[in-house]
Amino acid sequence: MMISVSHLSKTYDDGFQALKGIDLEIGRGEIFALLGPNGAGKTTLISVICGIVTPSGGRVTVDGHDIISNYRATRSLIGLVPQELTTDAFETVGHVVRFSRGLFGKKPDAAHIEKVLKDLSLWDRRDNQIMTLSGGMKRRVMIAKALAHEPRVLFLDEPTAGVDVELRKEMWQVVHDLRASGVTIILTTHYIEEAEEIADRVAVINHGEIILVEDKAELMRKLGKKQLELELHATLKAVPKKLSQHDLVLAADGLRLIYTYDTHAERTGITALLKDLHEAGIRFRDLQTTQSSLEEIFVSLVRSEP
Amino acid sequence: MNWRAIWTIYKHEMSRTRRTLAQSVVSPVISTCLYFVVFGSAIGSRITEIEGVSYGAFIVPGMIMLSLRPLSVTNASFGIYFPKFTGTIYELLSAPISFIEIVIGYVGAAATKSTCLALIMLATAHLFVPLEILHPFWMLLFMVLTATTFSLLGFIIGIWAINFEQLQIIPLLVITPLAFLGGTFYSITMLPPTWQTVSLFNPVVYLVSGFRWSFYEISDVSVGVSLGMIAVFLGTCLIVVWYIFKTGYRLKS
Repeated sequence: MMISVSHLSKTYDDGFQALKGIDLEIGRGEIFALLGPNGAGKTTLISVICGIVTPSGGRVTVDGHDIISNYRATRSLIGLVPQELTTDAFETVGHVVRFSRGLFGKKPDAAHIEKVLKDLSLWDRRDNQIMTLSGGMKRRVMIAKALAHEPRVLFLDEPTAGVDVELRKEMWQVVHDLRASGVTIILTTHYIEEAEEIADRVAVINHGEIILVEDKAELMRKLGKKQLELELHATLKAVPKKLSQHDLVLAADGLRLIYTYDTHAERTGITALLKDLHEAGIRFRDLQTTQSSLEEIFVSLVRSEP
Repeated sequence: MNWRAIWTIYKHEMSRTRRTLAQSVVSPVISTCLYFVVFGSAIGSRITEIEGVSYGAFIVPGMIMLSLRPLSVTNASFGIYFPKFTGTIYELLSAPISFIEIVIGYVGAAATKSTCLALIMLATAHLFVPLEILHPFWMLLFMVLTATTFSLLGFIIGIWAINFEQLQIIPLLVITPLAFLGGTFYSITMLPPTWQTVSLFNPVVYLVSGFRWSFYEISDVSVGVSLGMIAVFLGTCLIVVWYIFKTGYRLKS
């Protein structure tokens, strides 16, 4: 195991309990996504592992080293890209990235810094002051800083908040390359799609507790329910018998039909449903599909907890 | 010891000075010149001598101290407050460095900067008045100890401050008044007896007195007492810094 968290808890001075006895194991070379709504404890968990927040109880080891008694060993292994864009506005890109490397006690290595900056399309900007960069570019700088000391574990806290499509693609490319070189990657997000796109395993965290840890494929099956809502021209008293084979519910006093389906199933049944509706002479004025929000899914997950 | 990290912080802090060269170097030189014009020439020409030293020369040690202290405080307090303000402090906290290494890096750089400036001021002063330094080694020692002590104090203020106002308030309300009343421009023996006693509670008196002794062998209190008092201030600051890092006060939750 690369990271092992046991009974980890954190209560802030104001009494807020951010983590309630977290147990978690993350394997070497894994891409692990921590999924949860805002305030679930994702950032606190990462901050404890990285040494920014002092835990109230429990134990964390990174590559077998305790994060408190052997902090030098664990922190040398870790690179952190925090959620907020916090940079030295007046310094140049090259300076801050070299600074990060030095802070971690690593010998200057111009070739490595060049590679990191080129991978993140920052090489042409190396002599620019950070305040002249756009938000997306600053995000790249944050990543470059985290990679400057060649970490074996990379934490990405909400990496795609406010990031355009292009950078997102580049970022996932960097993540894949890092994984190929054996780096363990832990990212937090509140977008299901993001976890789906990149992670091997997903943990869902809410109110400071891990609700489930699952392989991505399994989780996606569980979370993949979607609804098709049809607004009807005329009121229906009940779902017609001809349509009973479809999973339909009548709503809005008979003016709306709701069809629930699984997006990951081989066939969603939508074509057949629409054909049957046509044959039954049911006309509709509008239709839309909705996916249950993550919050709703959390509620259902919490409820289904034994 | 993660020497490379200390060196990285030190270099980073020193490079900040290069960027603000006009503000950090030119302004103390100009203020030295102003003090000499006002106190050295305009007022000083009416004051003959103090304990055998011309007034212009007499005020040099006090004047250097007058700039050295607030410079050390602001250098160090800004140095650590800025990462707190911008949020880049996360990097210091998550790096494989101990708190003592962080202190050495920041305080070392702040003390180096203010010592360099004190030396520049000394050279500038030399253009106005003939200077003799009877004990150059002790002069340098007093300078470095004062710079270190006040840089530590600045570091503490930088950690404690949660806004820019707090950052300025101690230098403005405490250090500047104490500095002016600490015998910078006069010998405390020139004061009425009651005020002489009051002055002895002002720590700055000991710093100026010892520093002036290293120039002219004249002092308000004995050199041993001066050194002892500096050691007390230095020790107090070290204890406070140790406490801050032990508890993570205003750094870690």
